Amino acid sequence: MGIIQRIPSGTALSARIENVSRRNFLKQVGGLALGLYLAPVGADSGTAAPGSAGGGPAAAVDLEPDAFVRIGADDRVTVIAKHLEMGQGTYTGLATLIAEELDADWAQVTVEGAPADTVRYKNLLMGIQGTGGSTAIAESFEQMRKAGAAARAMLVAAAAQRWNVPASEITVERGVVEHRASKRKARFGELAAAAAAQPVPKEVRLKSPQAFKLIGRQRLPRKDSPAKTDGSAIYTQDFKLPEMLVAVVAHPPRFWGGIKRVDASAAKALPGVVAVIPYAGKPGAFQNGVAVLSHNTWHAWKGRDALKIEWDDSGFKLGSEEIFARYRELAAKPGLIARRDGDAQSALASDTAAKVIEAEYEFPFLAHSSMEPMNCLVRLGDGTCEIWNGEQLQTADQAAVAALLGIPAEKVTIHQLYAGGSFGRRANPQADYVLEAVAIAQAARAHGIEAPIKLVWTREDDTRGGWYRPAYLHRVRAALDVHGAPLAWHQRIVGQSILKGSPFEKVLIRNGIDETSVEGAADLPYDIPNLQVELATPEDIAVPVQWWRSVGHTHTAYVTETLIDELAIAAGKDPYAFRRTLLARQPRHRGVLELAAAKADWHRPLAPGAAGARRGRGIAVHKSFNSYVAQVAEVTIARDGQFKVDRVVCAVDCGLAINPDVVRAQMEGGIGYGLAAALHSAITLKDGVVEQANFNTYPPLRIDEMPAVEVHIVSSAEHPTGVGEPGVPPLAPAVANALYAATGKRLRKLPFDPSELKV
Amino acid sequence: MVKLEINGKPLQLDAPPDMPLLWVLRDVAGLTGTKYGCGMALCGACTVHLEGKAIRSCVTPVAAAAGKKIVTIEGIDAERVGRAVQQAWRELDVVQCGYCQSGQIMSATALLAANRQPSDADIDAAMNGNVCRCATYVRIRAAIHRAAELLAV
Ligand code: FES
Ligand code: FES
Repeated sequence: MGIIQRIPSGTALSARIENVSRRNFLKQVGGLALGLYLAPVGADSGTAAPGSAGGGPAAAVDLEPDAFVRIGADDRVTVIAKHLEMGQGTYTGLATLIAEELDADWAQVTVEGAPADTVRYKNLLMGIQGTGGSTAIAESFEQMRKAGAAARAMLVAAAAQRWNVPASEITVERGVVEHRASKRKARFGELAAAAAAQPVPKEVRLKSPQAFKLIGRQRLPRKDSPAKTDGSAIYTQDFKLPEMLVAVVAHPPRFWGGIKRVDASAAKALPGVVAVIPYAGKPGAFQNGVAVLSHNTWHAWKGRDALKIEWDDSGFKLGSEEIFARYRELAAKPGLIARRDGDAQSALASDTAAKVIEAEYEFPFLAHSSMEPMNCLVRLGDGTCEIWNGEQLQTADQAAVAALLGIPAEKVTIHQLYAGGSFGRRANPQADYVLEAVAIAQAARAHGIEAPIKLVWTREDDTRGGWYRPAYLHRVRAALDVHGAPLAWHQRIVGQSILKGSPFEKVLIRNGIDETSVEGAADLPYDIPNLQVELATPEDIAVPVQWWRSVGHTHTAYVTETLIDELAIAAGKDPYAFRRTLLARQPRHRGVLELAAAKADWHRPLAPGAAGARRGRGIAVHKSFNSYVAQVAEVTIARDGQFKVDRVVCAVDCGLAINPDVVRAQMEGGIGYGLAAALHSAITLKDGVVEQANFNTYPPLRIDEMPAVEVHIVSSAEHPTGVGEPGVPPLAPAVANALYAATGKRLRKLPFDPSELKV
Repeated sequence: MVKLEINGKPLQLDAPPDMPLLWVLRDVAGLTGTKYGCGMALCGACTVHLEGKAIRSCVTPVAAAAGKKIVTIEGIDAERVGRAVQQAWRELDVVQCGYCQSGQIMSATALLAANRQPSDADIDAAMNGNVCRCATYVRIRAAIHRAAELLAV
């Protein structure tokens, strides 16, 4: 038996195809593998790969069939994407790079996710296999184009041989190889077998940007649109194996709490419940819990709800108020210095400080709240472990699973699926939910259950499950001199480290400073003679934290971009002009700032609102992940303080825009994601218990709250940089500055409290 | 055993009467295009049509759907309005992660079936229950207008 046999739809078929190994699949379609692994130029092969133990040395592999591109006898070009598609458009982006140099017809290109394989699919900027930090296009721009160009060269060589003509006379266009003089033509599929037998070229010539046909094209259809509009796209939530059991779990109410006693009798009496399995968590990585197993998610869920569990009292017990009180104490004391220019403290105390602004800012914990709650499917074998997941951090997850099971990392196989959002959550530095799924499968095996196990978190589990954007508190003092020029800026940041205790600690924590806590502040772009940024990292807060779309920039940009606004107003200057002057040495910041201001008609007064409604406009500019974004937000505020963001004009400089429409989509999405947080999002704790659970207490943005968005892309020939995250940071400060412009109120606590804006 | 008509096909499925239609579709009928997002009628990811009306399958006991016509994302292309919505969604590349989009398309189709020329306010009202954490709302709105255009010819 098993669920799969009862499936009448096409879904089972797609699930089964996923199960067929790629080699078998090739045999089935009758094509021959044409694939490449090219050693990246300029990549640092000596980069430490955290957690890569057992993954094998990064051997110099010249030809690795199936690595990035495969051409079938059926003419299909399959791009193997090393990055997780979680909405950011990377399948389309990677395929664009390969198809461009291959001169493929866009319609013949399909994309599949790469398995875990650090040697082949390492992220060249991260040194391990993984998706994050808005790096996908930036790190693979050369590598993917080279793969496409090499495949093209091999097709051309095969054609030259077959037709007995010089390769230099052969052209390739939209999937057709042609020798015009002898009027001979062949489709890719006809040449695939012969091309695979050609030697891999040692060197390839890449197109000059003027020759690009796909890169930079305004509208190139997304590769995942069809499957995501007919219900056939398969996410972890959807993937099924024969005999598979779904696990719905009960977690302790407090992080890192334990289990005293489980009364499973009521749960076991329910129809459909197969077993109740308590399992041990791993401190710092995943929680203890009790899993209820069933063939049907609903039955497992009902069973979970029927458990009677006595939890022990050992978990983390502080509430948000106590946490912020501690942070306030820490902010009163010097921290570690992340940046120091001049002497900010002396300047602030001196007579030259004509105007001083002091402010404190509070940022809550934030859940990622991706539409697809966390889940993971695990099948244990004999000394092996197979995982199906929307997988974002292959190398680290493999290593963590291997350590938990006591098997070598190469015995951990990971199959890639679509992810229903992530926003950073699926790249957990401790492999939390993946380990939890494995631990349940292991515990089930100890109970004699060998079935594959799919861990499925409910929305409530996901909201309460931790791994939040850390709560932060900033305390800032800034001064203008008598001429209204910025004199000093002293900023203290207090909040948990994301990286401490993770495999990334060694690389990204320097001198006690977690770069992800201070990024965006320690690299403040404005010319300020006396600047000091300090960091205090509390170590006694056990709330699990991790990166959340744009990481440190989520809070630093808010402080820097609202405070610079405040300084501008205090200096009697226009906030746009004030920034522009201070960015004289930052041409790319200035470029997006000017573009956004021009497109938003900054120099013209904002149209007034209806009677009684106040309107305001605010601007912000921020660099993150090597991309530059400026946004102008326009707001309308009612007398009771309720407000609507009417429009956001956004300018982005991400170097060469590979897929302009995906760039626009990511800016729109980043604006919506940032706005949701600014308007609604806070995870709060009371006695250590998370107070939010579902969308009614952790509200998302809804369609009526979405502003009109206009995106303008700076035309650039610079190396491409990421767009998944950089749209987020400027949004909240731009809106806050607009609210200030309309009301004269500075909001220093997120999410915004409209009652502060009442007339 | 419960008798359902899903996407024009009569089916007999083994499910208790109180099981939400969502889990019958996903775990019993194997139609996984309909998604779970909240289980409390708060997000719209589970939207399907019951007798032509958009409903949240996560809070609809399967017994309430017995003998009635159910259409899911897998069957929406059988209707002209559904096809127009899918086409508009593809023309404008609305999707990001895509997880919410089955529900969005089901709600948009129900809206357009009842109102061929929806205003922005109509769209806000009809689509308010469909959450998109990727915030594809700008394009959802544009795609509904585009689908209306496609249907007008
Ligand atoms: S899952 Fe039904 S409304 Fe969210
Ligand atoms: S497309 Fe990701 S939730 Fe809507």
